[in-house]
Amino acid sequence: MLSGDLLRFTTAGSVDDGKSTLIGRLLLDSKAILEDTLAAMERASKQRGDPYLDLALLTDGLRAEREQGITIDVAYRYFSTPRRKFIIADTPGHVQYTRNMVTGASTAELAIVLIDARKGVLTQSKRHGFLASLLQIPHILVAVNKMDLVDFDESTFQAIVEDYRGFASKLAVQDIAFIPISALLGDNVVNRGVNMPWYDGPSLLHHLEHVNVGAGRNLVDFRFPVQMALRPHQDFRGFAGQIASGSITPGEEVVALPSGRTSRVRKISTYGGELAEASAGDSVVIVLEDELDVSRGDMLVRRHNLPQVASRFECILCWMNEEPLNPEGTYLLQHTTRQVRATISELNYRIDVDTLHREPAQTLQLNEIGRVQLTTSQPLFFDPYQINRATGGFILIDPYTHNTVAAGMIRGQAQELDDIAPRTPERPKSSNVVWESTAIMRAAREERNGHQAAMLWFTGLSGSGKTTVARLLERRLFAVGAQTFYLDGDNVRHGLNGDLGFSAADRQENIRRVAEVARLAFDHGAIVICTFISPFERDRKFARSLLPEGRFIEIFTKCDIELCKRRDPKGLYAKALRGEIQEFTGISSPYEAPTAAELVIETDLVSAEDAVEQIIGELARRGIIERR
Amino acid sequence: MTSYIRPYLNQLEAEAIYVMREVVAQFERPVLLFSGGKDSILLVHLARRAFYPGRIPFPLLHIDTGHNFVETLEFRDRLVRELEAQLIVRYVQDAIDQGRVVEETGPSASRNVLQTVTLLDALTELKADAAIGGARRDEEKARAKERFFSHRDRFGQWDPKNQRPELWNLYNGRKHLGEHFRVFPLSNWTEMDIWYFIQQQGIEMPSLYFAHRRDVFRRDSMTLAATPYLPLLPGERTQNRLIRFRTIGDMTCTGAVESTATTVEEIIAELTASRVTERGTRADDKRTETAMEDRKKQGYF
Repeated sequence: MLSGDLLRFTTAGSVDDGKSTLIGRLLLDSKAILEDTLAAMERASKQRGDPYLDLALLTDGLRAEREQGITIDVAYRYFSTPRRKFIIADTPGHVQYTRNMVTGASTAELAIVLIDARKGVLTQSKRHGFLASLLQIPHILVAVNKMDLVDFDESTFQAIVEDYRGFASKLAVQDIAFIPISALLGDNVVNRGVNMPWYDGPSLLHHLEHVNVGAGRNLVDFRFPVQMALRPHQDFRGFAGQIASGSITPGEEVVALPSGRTSRVRKISTYGGELAEASAGDSVVIVLEDELDVSRGDMLVRRHNLPQVASRFECILCWMNEEPLNPEGTYLLQHTTRQVRATISELNYRIDVDTLHREPAQTLQLNEIGRVQLTTSQPLFFDPYQINRATGGFILIDPYTHNTVAAGMIRGQAQELDDIAPRTPERPKSSNVVWESTAIMRAAREERNGHQAAMLWFTGLSGSGKTTVARLLERRLFAVGAQTFYLDGDNVRHGLNGDLGFSAADRQENIRRVAEVARLAFDHGAIVICTFISPFERDRKFARSLLPEGRFIEIFTKCDIELCKRRDPKGLYAKALRGEIQEFTGISSPYEAPTAAELVIETDLVSAEDAVEQIIGELARRGIIERR
Repeated sequence: MTSYIRPYLNQLEAEAIYVMREVVAQFERPVLLFSGGKDSILLVHLARRAFYPGRIPFPLLHIDTGHNFVETLEFRDRLVRELEAQLIVRYVQDAIDQGRVVEETGPSASRNVLQTVTLLDALTELKADAAIGGARRDEEKARAKERFFSHRDRFGQWDPKNQRPELWNLYNGRKHLGEHFRVFPLSNWTEMDIWYFIQQQGIEMPSLYFAHRRDVFRRDSMTLAATPYLPLLPGERTQNRLIRFRTIGDMTCTGAVESTATTVEEIIAELTASRVTERGTRADDKRTETAMEDRKKQGYF
């Protein structure tokens, strides 16, 4: 039991889809309903003259709801099985309650969309799917209910599956599953039942128990919004907070935003003792080496992996208040632990949640969703919501009533004239993907390989010896049984990056792609060897930002350009000098030499064998491979 | 290297700690409502962890009905001493003496309802703008829709139709002068989670939770402790039985269950097999079907 994990999911469906009945059935069949609760339900059911035990009574909590017979607010339900604890955010499906669905979806990792088998895919089923994708819920489970009323007919089910798949292909949803059920009779909810022998998939509960949790969490980008500074006595000063994403270990260098001051993590303190590593979701106190002025609303991040910093950005707003959006008004904006003032600088359009059409809009009413540009009094430190839910979401608060009036999801920095200058590459994400952590953890792969994963990034002029040294190095590592992965500049340009040229923009894209490929190999436990001229510091920095600190090793093969020209193994310098190659690094395009490479190898002074010895020594010193 | 996916108890603990830190960051004068039960004891321990190595930066407020188990008070005083916490006690008896409230009469007279007045008086007196409580959403239907940050108007009342939406982990504690918030860091815990955590962390609990012999009597299908506060009715008689309490509150309305569980492990085993919810042993919820909702609206814990 104690080793189980936690799945938060949301249920959406209209009053008649049998949502409350489904939840009642899950609780009843998983034995989460106890005797006295059941007795109270039976009493109430009998009083109202229901022909059968009304499972919905279990979840319709408030008196007003019982009187009107509808659910009007998000209700939270709990049950657990030996595998997992579950938190259900039960949200009503009425059109006027988009607010509640968004609220329930904000913390969910899975959404159950209920469809009545008799009615097929209705507008509201689509709306639920759209909201789930808008809130970036990684998994959607479509439960086709009331199969008992269509004689458990397979073709009815298949038609609904096809219909909904067609619609979902337009949304940012990758993982979608379909299960035919009868909540009333229990088929395929907890137990398989006997009425649908043609269905060979899992039961609904089995699916909930086995779906991958954590897919909604960003485990890469370390973000630590500071809740408060703790200074109980002279000798202790730490920063309390919950890690929003990524992870951190003592000794790592961090930057405090907005000051930009850097320090190192001295320790990660908790009541239970100091931690060797803390990761997304942990509530900890971080103590730094240096006395930095950090307070609530500031953020600690890794030096080579910074969030975006802007006071003008694009976002999707979901309006949640009876009082409509005032385009001229000022609101308070709460983002992580930071509160700033915000004004609407542009209202781009409203999205019809049923048709997904964009419409011009002057304001947003309760339950309406629109795209706007906001300007804040002070900059926010954020990531686009689709990359990081924890640092991409915010709420708006009315400064007079103090009500929470809107939920917002940041899409990105708003483009302004001075933004168009080249920047560090961002990490774009396709619309139809969900990050799947590889089921086998890197640590397990490293243990079997007998060495740690790392990325060795060779940079230097053409002819400076990158490839020569790297090939020799790979053979040496391979010979001792290391898991290696080799990415070479010329080779990737034959396939993966065959569409790219040598302009600054194309070079940037070239490095972005190979760095991402290298990171995947890194996650699989490999020592990844990359040989790229990579002349621009910002591109190399980007590659570095993808890895945990200490695992990216930049190796600068330093060589006098005159010697490179003389070596000219591929005859390229000759061509460039004749003007036959444009934008050739060192001739007609700049090379920004690294200023903080982990290793500098002066290839005009040492042999390739000595260079390899130097690198192997460095890897052993860093504990990546064992010293022999 | 640790796994990224936390066993869920650690997630619940991290969430509760995060919420308590938000309270201290967002409010000026928070208090922690201490009832003597396991949930509020756990809350005190989590508060200790949230601000460690510092002390708990807010006082514990205990509303004493005058009908407490002596074990509860002894345990409370020791806990406060050990954690170097600050304790404030306010007495229902004072409100009765001042004529602010009229005590119920009759055989099932209870001071449980009167607590509300003393509590609201105390919050006003202390100028408390946030009161942290140990309520959980799994306890009762009306609580399933409760927020982590629950807004109360200037009369301390809860309006279920006028609660703020809570998104992600962004809690909005802004309010007008005179209004306050109830905050429930244990919202997502179930009774089982509480016991698993107590077991995992070795947290000490009052002896009342463990099986012991006590004079008890039966009334309205409940087993109540024999006490001068509850005069016996004709036909009722006390018996000495081996019992324990599943919840701890006012002696007049806290029901006992027959049990032989003397350790946390045995309690967990017993609860796993048990088929009655925790509040099933509370007389105060049985009065009407919406009893809890009605009391919440008036400002009950």
